[in-house]
Amino acid sequence: MTRIDVIQHLPSLQVVIPLLGAVLTAFLRRGTLAWGLAAVVTWLMPVIAGALLLQVLQDGPISYHLGGWPPPWGIEYRVDVLSAFVLLLVSAVSAVMMPFARRSVAFEIEGDKQAWFYTMYLLCLTGLLGITITGDAFNAFVFLEISSLSTYVLIAMGRDRRALLASYQYLIMGTIGATFYVIGIGLLYLVTGSLNMVDIASRLGSASVEQFQPIVVALAFLTVGISLKLALFPLHVWLPNAYAYAPSFATAFLAATATKVAVYLFLRIFFSIFGVAISLDALRVFDVLLALSLSAMFLASILAVYEQNLKRMLAYSSVAQIGYITFGLSLANQNGLTGSIVHLFNHAVIKGALFLVLGAVVYRAGSVKLADLGGIGRKMPLTFAAFVVAGLGLIGTPGTAGFISKWYLALGALDKGQWPLVFLIVASSLVALIYIGRVVEVAYFHPTSEAAEKASDPPLNMLLPILALAAATIYFGFFTELSAGAASKAAQALIGGLK
Amino acid sequence: MMISYPPEILVLAAVLIPFIGALLIPVFHRAPNLREAVTLATAGALFLTVLGLLDPVLAGARPEAMNIVVVPGLALAFKVEPLGMLFALVASALWIVNSIYSIGYMRGNDEPRQTSYYVCFAVALGCTIGIAFAKNLFTLFLFYEGLTLSTYPLVTHKATPDAIRGGRIYLLLLLGTSLVLLLPAIVITWELAGTIDFTPGGILEGKASGAVIGLLLALYAFGIGKAALMPLHFWLPAAMVAPTPVSALLHAVAVVKAGVFTIVKVVVYVFGLDTLRGSDQSAWLIYVAGATVVLASLVALRQDNLKKLLAYSTVSQLSYVVLAAAILAPISLIGAALHIAAHAVSKITLFFAAGSIYTAAHKTEISEMKGIGRRMPWTMGAFAIGALSMIGLPPTAGFLGKWFMLTGAMQTSQWFAVGVIVLSTVLNASYFLPIVVTAFLREPDDNPHGKHGEAPWPIVLALTATAIGTLALFWLPDVPLALAKSMLER
Repeated sequence: MTRIDVIQHLPSLQVVIPLLGAVLTAFLRRGTLAWGLAAVVTWLMPVIAGALLLQVLQDGPISYHLGGWPPPWGIEYRVDVLSAFVLLLVSAVSAVMMPFARRSVAFEIEGDKQAWFYTMYLLCLTGLLGITITGDAFNAFVFLEISSLSTYVLIAMGRDRRALLASYQYLIMGTIGATFYVIGIGLLYLVTGSLNMVDIASRLGSASVEQFQPIVVALAFLTVGISLKLALFPLHVWLPNAYAYAPSFATAFLAATATKVAVYLFLRIFFSIFGVAISLDALRVFDVLLALSLSAMFLASILAVYEQNLKRMLAYSSVAQIGYITFGLSLANQNGLTGSIVHLFNHAVIKGALFLVLGAVVYRAGSVKLADLGGIGRKMPLTFAAFVVAGLGLIGTPGTAGFISKWYLALGALDKGQWPLVFLIVASSLVALIYIGRVVEVAYFHPTSEAAEKASDPPLNMLLPILALAAATIYFGFFTELSAGAASKAAQALIGGLK
Repeated sequence: MMISYPPEILVLAAVLIPFIGALLIPVFHRAPNLREAVTLATAGALFLTVLGLLDPVLAGARPEAMNIVVVPGLALAFKVEPLGMLFALVASALWIVNSIYSIGYMRGNDEPRQTSYYVCFAVALGCTIGIAFAKNLFTLFLFYEGLTLSTYPLVTHKATPDAIRGGRIYLLLLLGTSLVLLLPAIVITWELAGTIDFTPGGILEGKASGAVIGLLLALYAFGIGKAALMPLHFWLPAAMVAPTPVSALLHAVAVVKAGVFTIVKVVVYVFGLDTLRGSDQSAWLIYVAGATVVLASLVALRQDNLKKLLAYSTVSQLSYVVLAAAILAPISLIGAALHIAAHAVSKITLFFAAGSIYTAAHKTEISEMKGIGRRMPWTMGAFAIGALSMIGLPPTAGFLGKWFMLTGAMQTSQWFAVGVIVLSTVLNASYFLPIVVTAFLREPDDNPHGKHGEAPWPIVLALTATAIGTLALFWLPDVPLALAKSMLER
């Protein structure tokens, strides 16, 4: 096999390697060994994704025909700027987090189950990368299920027995979501006779008026189905418990990647399928989305303020931040969409850092209840320095990645002539200031608690990923070619296709 | 020596030096003498660097440095203009004095966590220079938030419930106003003007209707919470729980001056005097600022706690600057610039004196200070000079700014502003003079704390130096005056 061939097959390798890795890991018994394999696989992923992104930026979208069957009959893997961007995001954040996993997983999960954990992790990664890379709507459903099923297991592996309940809750909601999605795809198939996204879009364009009703119903089913997966308010109820009771590494991984990929699917459905074919403005779907996004930004943030368990607090914060992302999406203009996509990226980095910090706190102090963490910032200085930095990113102070997101979102709102929205964006970040500030106060200025007394910064292989993500929060506040630059190109492509 | 460096390098150096100092200070955590030497060396180096920029700027140069484009429209960039030059000069000079004072105060009072104290201080100064030299609103905003964040640990330094609560108000109010009002103002400015660079003459001329200009002005005036315009002033009294050197430099010089500096800068370089005058939308600011001047003085009148009194006096004095800017007469803006410098040296003297009394006699209430001037003649002598400057009497610095403001108000027939300045002068006199009288002329009560003399020598040295500065600025106002005048050149 020549070198050229490998490069040609990069799209399939992006999915096949983690899938094979998952199978191999299942045969291993020792946790450390399984971690090693999972790590090697994970570290390969950003290399492939990076190569794909470069290729796409140079030569335009890649269409890869799986097994040589041409679309629309065969499955097409389609890599454009948006999908390459999300691929790189998911794989790079996972790769940075990977060193953290070894000790954290060894600490939180029983010895004989650790290899299974990594199997499920790799399966989940496979599913997420698959959803992002595929150009086939039904294939996306398959990957959606792969990632969901493995996520249920990952959550159920949490130490706390409530993890089982949380997993079950997510299983029910996730299944409903998947069902809605597949019903939506079925309706589209009924109307167009195709499952390939590009093909569906072009066939929808010629759909007659009497076919319009099923199309609207399909859009409704898809919207609700995916909203469940991305935890759009008020379909978010599964998320706080799932994040709170899952193993720390799983929480960090899922928070940084899973909801992001669901948002990606949202963007695809709205902008690459429906938006190309019909005028979305007439359906007022964006108005509904805007209202829900604003509710998420405020209500979930306020819930976070009153939460005593820090993992749940950050989970509610995630719901709020997803609100920002869908907010930008609902503006459906260049700046708004750029803000939405760049916030996918920025929030993955920021929330990844924050959840890893909590993982380190579990590892050292054994609790993430606010009352147990008095003075812990003094005992874990580097870890909490990272928490403060990432927290500032969440609030969106200038000099952090979060500010860039907000800047674009605010411009998007102004471009739409909706200047009151600008004030809503900044007002909700004020709520973030309150819930982050509350933690900072307890961690730095309260008397040292019993749990914090024996705590210290975690070992290097846990600390470095935390510091790297915190540093990235600042880096992407100043140097945005990779984040906002790519996001702006992706947004341009999506907007350009709109009818 | 320094002048031989190209100004561009000096600009960059001025911004970086405090941050480098902040990195070096913790290295000497275990050797307090060396650690303090690093602070002093950093402060000295900063002052010399800023001083090196003075001649080029007076000669008309506007040196620039760094230009990191974050996203289209947002760039991290520096450019020195006269007002920023004046602000940086005052802040860096007073940092040296304040560092000497800090050493005496922190050691004299056995304060904990001194290393992190000096680190935060250096970062705060770095942010102040960043604000002074910012080329555009984004850079200014970045360092503005940095200043709030780096001073928050200083406000909560004592970690008592009071300090934590003070810190909470401080952070929520300053970050809150800037995020909710200032940031949208910047976004809207960018959307209207297509630039957020500070430009002589402003960038909004003909870009927006009168109503939008009025709304923007309100967003800026209240979004810049550090200017402590009522009703958003109460973070300043709350911040008085900080150690006195923090109150002295940060809450009398760096933080609050960053606030009024930003307001003057926005009025001159973003709106432009002509645009604001033409829009007819700025009159309300005169009333709000005027009301703040008078009301804050009335509150100060009723304070017995010296630091609280000084805080309210600061609120009142800050609004002079805003008032002067709102009058929109060129001469009143010169007054605003001068008052930034004058109030800085005088108010720091007063805070130094308050801290000196606390260190030597452990007294915080004015009613306990009867006859204290006899035991602490240097401290109270300096206090008297500072007080005269607050009232605005010659031969002190405070006279200059007030004189220009008053002239500007009369020239433009702003009789409300004239009334405010006159009334507040009377009020200032009626709460500062009794303190001086109490200290020197009243018989002391029986002193339960035993005998005490002056505070440690670094404290006395520092407050004497700033008192001399307060007098010197009156006799030698050439440099600040020249800078203030060239601020208004197009």
